[in-house]
Amino acid sequence: MNIAVLLKQVPDTEARLKIRDGSVDHTDVKMVPNPFDEFAVEEAIRIREKSGSGQVTIYCLGQEKAKEAVKWAFSVGADQGFLLKDPAFDNSDLLGAAKVLAAALKKEHYDLILCGKQAVDDDAGQVAQAVAELLDLPHVGTVHKMELSEDKKSVVCYRDFEGGVEVVQSSLPAVISAEKGLNEVRYASLKGIMAAKKKSLVEMDLAALGLSAADIGAAGAQLEIRGLEMPPVRAAGKIIDGASPQEKVANLVKLLREEAKVI
Amino acid sequence: MANVLTIAEQRKGELRRISFELIGAAREIANSTGGTVASVLLGSNVTGLAATLGHYGADTVYVAEHADLDMYSAEGYTRVIAEIIRQKQPDVVILGGSALGKDLGGRLSAKLGIALASDCINFKVVDNGRIMVKRPIYGGRILANVTFKSNPQMFALRPNIIKPMDQDTGRACSVEKIAADPGPIRARTVEIKEKAAGKKELTEADVVVSGGRGLKGPEHFKMLDDLADVLGGAVGASRAVVDAGWIGHDQQVGQTGKVVNPTLYIAAGISGAIQHLAGMTSSKVIVAINKDADAPIFKVADYGIVDDLFAIVPVLTEELAKIKA
Repeated sequence: MNIAVLLKQVPDTEARLKIRDGSVDHTDVKMVPNPFDEFAVEEAIRIREKSGSGQVTIYCLGQEKAKEAVKWAFSVGADQGFLLKDPAFDNSDLLGAAKVLAAALKKEHYDLILCGKQAVDDDAGQVAQAVAELLDLPHVGTVHKMELSEDKKSVVCYRDFEGGVEVVQSSLPAVISAEKGLNEVRYASLKGIMAAKKKSLVEMDLAALGLSAADIGAAGAQLEIRGLEMPPVRAAGKIIDGASPQEKVANLVKLLREEAKVI
Repeated sequence: MANVLTIAEQRKGELRRISFELIGAAREIANSTGGTVASVLLGSNVTGLAATLGHYGADTVYVAEHADLDMYSAEGYTRVIAEIIRQKQPDVVILGGSALGKDLGGRLSAKLGIALASDCINFKVVDNGRIMVKRPIYGGRILANVTFKSNPQMFALRPNIIKPMDQDTGRACSVEKIAADPGPIRARTVEIKEKAAGKKELTEADVVVSGGRGLKGPEHFKMLDDLADVLGGAVGASRAVVDAGWIGHDQQVGQTGKVVNPTLYIAAGISGAIQHLAGMTSSKVIVAINKDADAPIFKVADYGIVDDLFAIVPVLTEELAKIKA
């Protein structure tokens, strides 16, 4: 099975972020593979291992530094990758990013395209759906369990939805986005890290993808960021007094009723 | 003048509350610009629900019925809604930040070639019918104010941000049936495993009671279930206990879990790591119960009890039960 995985490099969730000149300052911020995309990479490798043949190909839209994320994917078993890199791609909005990724993916046939449900920087969670629409493929999102059919022509996915768990059956090829819980991501072995150095990582730019600069990147972005702000700081409130648990609870309940008015 | 179109959600013949929240938001925009509010309702045999959308403020309801729309599917909904948007040319489109809205939005955005601003926590009208939205990024560590170059301007509103208007059963609306062709559907829902009866959806709950490592074991979540039941709320959890297998990941609150927006959030035995706070700091009132006076959660809690949660929680449940009785 030929599987593509969309991988993004993002700031670590622990990183303290600063706003500088109206945008988020990435200098000195630790960059990591997007945690949700890691589940996608792991799942792709497991499927390839189980099926005994096929390739796992990484697609990463990013700048030079993002190669580290692709190298991580190589070290845990992905076979080859593409870095979609061009100044014209920078500052794309979600649709622009999806157009770039779709243009690259179109060049090959994939039985399955896997991706994380959202990137932990923009938190939009739309790229997988948009890529699916642009490639005219079905998409199943926030999947925490998936089972390929014997004939590899369809897949059964489990995902949370309002009201419970939905079981969704899709034909292949399809785009599937991974939710936490899909699997446990393996650690890279020393052998894997060494092998990663030899795997093919090819850069693709605007010309290679045959795209028009007007459609993508900052030029094509339809969402304009007018300003960034830090969220309001929640001030610490009060610690409730009381000589016993009963007293503390009574005081809390009184405050929730009379002061906060939430019950 | 901004005419606003909202996407209603129904499940098994019942309208979901988010549908009314979106109409409330649309009314704010329409009223301040002299525009109208329409709602799109998809399903099979759902015309009877249209009047209720009117009660909550819709001027017009576009009803698209088809057997293949009975269950939600991204492909079916995208085709039909895109066609309605092309026909009716609204200025603003609002989706819910529900599981359905999140599944649908990206597809709709690509089909129409217009941007979508997702998970918005605020919106306002600026310069004449243009909308500025506020959305959290980087797990809520930063907020972005965003405007649109595209038309229609499309955004998704987080659940529980806008209170629906009061239902006015005297308020009429016009109902227009739209011929719907969902087209081929390749990803279909074949089964729904319902949540246990009474188990509320975290992201839409008005009250959330969450537990962390301080609970000492999975069996103690029962104590939080009882407290949540008395309050009519949902139960959440920190990442630590989800990773430990004490509770399902669908109940994790936090940056890689769910973002909740309740009126009341009670955190029991949770220390308050940044990633957990990312999932709940927009709660209106936060109560923390923790043995450790230095737990970071006390820095954001409105009310804190430094004590053993095993002593406090059952007493709290009992006190609240007395009040509610």
